[in-house]
Amino acid sequence: MSENPVFDRIQAEIDANDVVLFMKGTPLFPQCGFSATVVKVLTYLGAPFKGVNVLEDPELRDGIKHFSDWPTIPQLYVKGEFVGGCDIVREMFEGGELADFLTEKGVMLEAA
Amino acid sequence: MSVANQIEQKLTSLLHPVALEVEDESHKHKGHAGAREGGETHFRVTITAEAFRGQSRVACHRLVTNALGELIGNPIHALSITARAPDQP
Repeated sequence: MSENPVFDRIQAEIDANDVVLFMKGTPLFPQCGFSATVVKVLTYLGAPFKGVNVLEDPELRDGIKHFSDWPTIPQLYVKGEFVGGCDIVREMFEGGELADFLTEKGVMLEAA
Repeated sequence: MSVANQIEQKLTSLLHPVALEVEDESHKHKGHAGAREGGETHFRVTITAEAFRGQSRVACHRLVTNALGELIGNPIHALSITARAPDQP
């Protein structure tokens, strides 16, 4: 058990899913432009991911910021590693780095 | 002082940038969640500083957000960051 009970739930999501996006809204209906951008990038690359809607849970919404030491949402985790938020994902995507990173991490990309 | 000026002041004093641009993009988010009457909620920061050299992307962003401290959350609702060391692409 960690000091903050919500941390255990976050860790469980990250352990159970290779690619986890903590976001506002759902992959189908993102409720924030930054979350929508990351969904688009992952979908374009054919990376399967679990979207976790922080708007459904105020404790999670606050807790994820402390868990990652990152004050904004969305937040992307790959194989337990914190990758970053929208700006970093977009930069890595535009530089062609993100697909390689995901593949190196062992994430199977489906042909779009 | 405007929020953009406060951002500029904090980043300048803590990270000593050689280039810094702070844009208030609140008008682009009018009516969205987190947008307020009067704006000053959504910002874009483009910053070049020696402090970022050799740091990971995540570390660079943390340097910026830590420097802004309690401005994040309120009044800053959203922040886009581009952080580079001098002569990095």
